[in-house]
Amino acid sequence: MNKPDPKMVPMREQDPSERRNNFKEVPYGYSLDEAICEAKRCLQCKKPLCIDGCPVGIDIPGFIDLIAKGDLKGSIKKMKETNSLPAICGRVCPQEEQCQKVCILSKMGEPVGIGRLERFIADWEAEQTNREAPRKVASSGKKVAVVGGGPAGLTVAGELAKLGHKVKIFEALHKMGGVLIYGIPEFRLPKKVVEREVEYIKSLGVEVVTSFVVGKLETVDELLNEFDAVFIGSGAGLPWFMDLPGENSNGIYSANEYLTRVNLMKAYKFPEYDTPIIKGKHVAVIGGGNVAMDSVRTALRLGAEEARIIYRRSRKEMPAREEEIHHAEEEGVIFEFLTLPIAYHADEKGWVKDMECLRMDLGEPDTSGRRRPVPIEGSNFKLPVDLVVVAIGNSPNPLIPSTTSGLEIGRKGNIVVDTDTGKTSKKGVFAGGDIATGAATVILAMGAGKAAALAIDQYLETGKW
Amino acid sequence: MKIIVKESIAKDLTKFVIQSPLIAKKALPGQFVVLMVNEAGERIPLTIVDVDKEKGLITIIFQEVGYTTKLLGKLAVGDSLYSLVGPLGKPTEIKNYGKVIVVGGGVGIAELLPVVKAFKKAGCEISSILGGRTEKLVILRDQVKEFSDQLYITTDDGSLGEKGLVIDPLKRLLSESSDWGLVFCVGPVVMMKAVSDLTRGYKIETIVCLNAIMIDGTGMCGGCRVTVNNKTKFTCVDGPDFDGHKVDFNELMTRQKRFLQHEDKSMCKLNKQINNE
Ligand SMILES: Cc1cc2nc3c(=O)[nH]c(=O)nc-3n(C[C@H](O)[C@H](O)[C@H](O)COP(=O)(O)OP(=O)(O)OC[C@H]3O[C@@H](n4cnc5c(N)ncnc54)[C@H](O)[C@@H]3O)c2cc1C
Ligand SMILES: Cc1cc2nc3c(=O)[nH]c(=O)nc-3n(C[C@H](O)[C@H](O)[C@H](O)COP(=O)(O)OP(=O)(O)OC[C@H]3O[C@@H](n4cnc5c(N)ncnc54)[C@H](O)[C@@H]3O)c2cc1C
Ligand code: SF4
Ligand code: FES
Repeated sequence: MNKPDPKMVPMREQDPSERRNNFKEVPYGYSLDEAICEAKRCLQCKKPLCIDGCPVGIDIPGFIDLIAKGDLKGSIKKMKETNSLPAICGRVCPQEEQCQKVCILSKMGEPVGIGRLERFIADWEAEQTNREAPRKVASSGKKVAVVGGGPAGLTVAGELAKLGHKVKIFEALHKMGGVLIYGIPEFRLPKKVVEREVEYIKSLGVEVVTSFVVGKLETVDELLNEFDAVFIGSGAGLPWFMDLPGENSNGIYSANEYLTRVNLMKAYKFPEYDTPIIKGKHVAVIGGGNVAMDSVRTALRLGAEEARIIYRRSRKEMPAREEEIHHAEEEGVIFEFLTLPIAYHADEKGWVKDMECLRMDLGEPDTSGRRRPVPIEGSNFKLPVDLVVVAIGNSPNPLIPSTTSGLEIGRKGNIVVDTDTGKTSKKGVFAGGDIATGAATVILAMGAGKAAALAIDQYLETGKW
Repeated sequence: MKIIVKESIAKDLTKFVIQSPLIAKKALPGQFVVLMVNEAGERIPLTIVDVDKEKGLITIIFQEVGYTTKLLGKLAVGDSLYSLVGPLGKPTEIKNYGKVIVVGGGVGIAELLPVVKAFKKAGCEISSILGGRTEKLVILRDQVKEFSDQLYITTDDGSLGEKGLVIDPLKRLLSESSDWGLVFCVGPVVMMKAVSDLTRGYKIETIVCLNAIMIDGTGMCGGCRVTVNNKTKFTCVDGPDFDGHKVDFNELMTRQKRFLQHEDKSMCKLNKQINNE
């Protein structure tokens, strides 16, 4: 057997100078030939490390082997045994930190492009007109309510439906998908991909109710009267602010508001769509995670002349995915590292006109293991801005915790769960995803949904808590 | 989500009765819905003015001020909304406050009505002050009167009641007696500010119902934030009722003007649509 190419088959992308002016997806995806070529790089390890690196344990060599052999139908089937949302994971999972990080090939060069292949196989299936209808399963007669239509809720619902349970998802917004639909921008995750996956979950027999706020219209306790079990996957949707002087000036958004206007409400198409958005010329985005990258790249696409990331540590500590940082750099985002905003100043009409910042130094490591940023005294400077997006994090939305009796809540407002099963302190109630962990990742939310589905199935069967 | 009744209350003021059994079952005074007219539409908040639990109906009353409310006004009986979510916000705290003054202005009178009813039921003695630019805009007078012990009306042009602002009768009431338990006010921000400034001197608890610009209405976006007691609050989940003596009204007024330019553009679009019809 030949030694595999040390390099991944590259994926074609929209040119940076062009894509910074549109909302179309950045990478184009593999062609069939490219996919087969990449699939053939996989060594089909006897003890595949990649599977251990995957939070939902996808049979990675298995689905890749079938691509290599050209059995695409078999490949997607294998994929769906463990992952109901491959088109999404293939695009936004931090593969470089998970399966690809431990792939044996990364010792000699680049790992197998597992995420790219995952995306390929999911997109291939979407193009097929004669998709196999999901098998009908005998009904168990049990009913489960799922709160929240994000990746955690969708996963748990899909898995339970496959086991024959009747599932109903309650979603607060008018569209399903959670962060996938309102947070992650079109150029990274096209909304039609999310809609497609939601349709798949529905095709399994899952019922979906939108515009239903649990805790307001009906509480979890009330749902328990009608359903045999409840899964809470309500996410971490409460945006943080820094409590700085002038932070409520006009032109200062939370990332959630900024991204929701653009993605969910399609403000980038205003006035064709009715929701407006302030388009800045000189934009500053505070933070260094995926949310900050999404916001700053959105600002560029809305016509910013200058879009900056303001981050208090250095590039090395930035929590955003490497690929996103790289894409942002290519598109011309300016990075101000070791910089901390301390105040905003507004003009006489109340619009932000500049922000005051401090330069930072890196000191000793803090509890997060990262070196702690320390302000350099007297380093104050002003940055002229007309739009600021605060993307420093979210915490769990308190609505459900505060309206459900007997639910143990953690210090950070999260619902306390047994991580293996998603069991909460309340009988019949399970939880998972960002509401339990705090802001995390799509795949972890899915992993939690999956684990909970098994535990819920068991609970429904035995009635044992 | 089907519209069952449509009624014009005054110029540019429309009432809808909408089918929504679940919301009707749960709604309490002071709560609101967020609705969308169509798929490309905005999400806008409107107060739940009345409910009929048996028939599963809710009532909203809205002023056609801008693009979305004008679009909403074009819907007819039998049409359905694209989306409707509620009841949102904390309900108004209802208890027997003793002698209460309620102040309503413009479309705020509609928002006041369910609160007045509930206060009356809780045993409060109610003096109501309603204000508007002109007679026709002092809406729902009879309904408010039904639950009030006294009713005072002011109009800018003197076409009904006293000529002047709601502040004038309020001043008189405050100086005539010192045993007011609460002032509750809903209307334009300038009015709520003036009322709060006045009652502050008398140290009378004053609740105002704020109308910040919202999107989700569930505490997710932070767009509806207001400064209360020097702290940032989200109107949709921490309110919409707040202590009027602690609200930064100037900031709220500034924040309400965020989308003025966009509103012009939307109205252009609406006018074009009307001309094409
Ligand atoms: C801008 C952005 C970019 C991101 N980029 C990435 C990335 O590249 N890769 C990655 O892996 N992760 C990324 N993440 C994180 C990832 O999206 C989340 O970890 C994941 O979506 C969590 O899933 P969830 O199902 O727990 O919650 P969510 O996706 O937040 O879904 C929760 C759902 O519950 C609904 N809900 C809340 N309360 C109620 C209620 N009371 N009643 C009914 N419904 C309710 C909400 O409306 C929402 O739809 C990103 C997050 C953001 C914000
Ligand atoms: C909790 C809450 C309850 C409300 N209840 C009612 C109600 O029962 N009846 C009713 O008629 N209105 C109510 N409003 C106000 C209503 O939401 C706005 O009038 C509506 O969003 C305007 O949308 P538009 O697109 O038609 O106007 P736009 O084009 O957005 O604006 C037109 C004009 O209205 C002003 N405006 C915009 N949004 C608001 C707002 N949220 N509050 C006040 N002024 C605004 C703008 O400054 C502008 O001058 C409520 C608002 C809140 C927050
Ligand atoms: S570790 Fe890498 S080479 Fe080995 S099976 Fe997994 S993807 Fe293939
Ligand atoms: S409207 Fe989004 S947080 Fe209040």
